[in-house]
Amino acid sequence: MANKLETIDVNLHYGDFHALKGISLAIPDHSVTALIGPSGCGKSTYLRLFNRMNDLIPNTKITGQVLMDGEDIYKIKSSKIDHLRRTVGMVFQKPNPFPKSIFENVAYGLRVNGISDNSFIENQVEKTLRQAVLWEEVKDKLKKSAFELSGGQQQRLCIARALAIEPTVILMDEPASALDPISTGKIEDLIFELKNQYTIIIVTHNMQQAGRVSDYTGFFYLGNLIEFDKTKKIFTSPSKRETENYITGRFG
Amino acid sequence: MRIRRFTEPVFESLIKICGYSSGFVVLLIIVFLFKEGISFFGSSPVEEGFTMYVHASNPVKDLSAAQIKDVFDQKITNWKALGGADQPIERFSLDELGEAFTEEQLGKDFEFLPKCIDSYMDSLPGSLAFFPSAQTDGKVKSAVPIKIDKITVGKFLSDTEWFPTSRPAARMGVMPLLLGTLLVSFFAIIIALPLGLAAAVYLAEIADERVRKFLKPVIELLAGIPSVVYGFFGLVVIVPLVQSTFNLPVGETALAGSIVLAIMALPTIITVSEDALRTTPRAMKEASLALGASQWQTIRKVVVPYASSGITAAAILGIGRAIGETMAALMVTGNSAIMPPTLLQPVRTIPATIAAELGEAPFGGLHFQALFALGCLLFIITLIISLLVERVSAKRIN
Ligand SMILES: Nc1ncnc2c1ncn2[C@@H]1O[C@H](COP(=O)(O)OP(=O)(O)OP(=O)(O)O)[C@@H](O)[C@H]1O
Ligand SMILES: [Mg+2]
Repeated sequence: MANKLETIDVNLHYGDFHALKGISLAIPDHSVTALIGPSGCGKSTYLRLFNRMNDLIPNTKITGQVLMDGEDIYKIKSSKIDHLRRTVGMVFQKPNPFPKSIFENVAYGLRVNGISDNSFIENQVEKTLRQAVLWEEVKDKLKKSAFELSGGQQQRLCIARALAIEPTVILMDEPASALDPISTGKIEDLIFELKNQYTIIIVTHNMQQAGRVSDYTGFFYLGNLIEFDKTKKIFTSPSKRETENYITGRFG
Repeated sequence: MRIRRFTEPVFESLIKICGYSSGFVVLLIIVFLFKEGISFFGSSPVEEGFTMYVHASNPVKDLSAAQIKDVFDQKITNWKALGGADQPIERFSLDELGEAFTEEQLGKDFEFLPKCIDSYMDSLPGSLAFFPSAQTDGKVKSAVPIKIDKITVGKFLSDTEWFPTSRPAARMGVMPLLLGTLLVSFFAIIIALPLGLAAAVYLAEIADERVRKFLKPVIELLAGIPSVVYGFFGLVVIVPLVQSTFNLPVGETALAGSIVLAIMALPTIITVSEDALRTTPRAMKEASLALGASQWQTIRKVVVPYASSGITAAAILGIGRAIGETMAALMVTGNSAIMPPTLLQPVRTIPATIAAELGEAPFGGLHFQALFALGCLLFIITLIISLLVERVSAKRIN
């Protein structure tokens, strides 16, 4: 399988703080990769490399290469960044719907990308809301404000929103951390289903979840990538002591 | 410990007293304003101590202040126009009496004055007379006092002329002043809002931290400049500019006022809306950018809508500032109560009227009270504005 995403010796500094230390990692196409590690180890920072979200934070310095389909996404023209972000969807740690209606939240990505065909937008909204297992709950109140939804519903709305523009990569930063077990289960099913079409990277603190949904797992610690391998391998016979300590809960 | 137990209640009651007394003072001011303002209504527009008479046979029994002014301005010269018989109107007051009678006839202490008036009135069926009430009340048989409509709230608001010093009957219509104030203020906001919003967006979203750190205090500083300085600036820079740009006989116009007031309202609009824009959570902006929206689309579709109630509050506050502004308006608007007010002509605003006329209005007189009524009106307008601001900001919290 070809590598969809790859980082080569990436270092990231927030001002003086060295947050990512020489990370090299290749992520195969149409796979699910879980990033695990203790809080503050750089998982979110690493994830945000792929849609250049770290660019928005002043005083960040990035070295090394970040490749998508073999092309360095930090070498593209700044006018192409919007396009890059269109192909890399993101679901954030906390649900962050727009102060708009449920429908408009999902349609937003289509509209800002110049799509004005209303029947296409309507179809796409329904399709992605179904994918995110939210359609049945909201189909009668699409005009209502997204803020009226529960936290779990909002997170599934944000997933639908990310899917609507049909990216090729989906970045998920602890998408289920605010959800109940039932919603979490629904999202895990969804990830499983999406794997056929997308390349997914998911940050999670939940070891069972990483074990259930992912093909590959990377363990981060203090800005270093300690170990990256097939999920089965990481969870049954990790090659590094730190990894073993972390996944067995003997860590920190 | 001991002392603390002692001082704390003292401080508490001190603070309480301060709070109550300042609240009481504010209430007193409002009561005073309205007491003076309200006593204006129901009084007669005719100069105090004077009465107007017509010949006893004249079918016209009441007149309005507007009609009286027209008669004395000689715009109306025949009773027919006032619903009476077809005969010319003879205006008649103490001055004419001095010409018609000798001093002897009038008496040394004017003791024969009522008789003279009586006989003179009798000979003039078309007369409209204007005399001190003390000299004439009940003593003139040939004439009857004419009923003059009292000043009412409705008339005050709807009359289109402001001639508070015209004799014998003043015209105190607030319409040109009110429209002038609204015209100047709303046009000021039309200028200031887009500029202010653009500046706020620039500061909140585009400018880098160093530029912002420099610009923000400078803009806040602008809010502290005394309005007379803005007025002076307007007079020296804006007024000639308006005059030459539009080729006008005078540059002191509503437009000049709007521009100066817009400049004055800018700091408020910029600071308040910038604060509102900055409340947009970073997560929301990131969500928009992550979907491929450009920075401009994110500002337009997420940041500004999120801050819309704060921006509305900023606009209303700016209008409030413009409506209440006195000094600068007085200096650059030309101060003439033209009806209807237009942008390229001089206008007169309510606060400027109060400031300009209070000095020459006799204390406690009709004109004086009229200015207080203007003050009440202004108070009500600004009260409505503050209530609106409160409602809009309350919405933001929910
Ligand atoms: N904007 C920023 N400015 C400065 N330092 C930052 C910034 N964002 C993150 N960091 C630092 O970088 C390190 C990595 O942060 P990151 O958010 O990637 O951690 P994480 O692994 O996602 O943690 P968590 O599991 O708690 O989400 C942390 O030590 C954090 O303090
Ligand atoms: Mg994180």
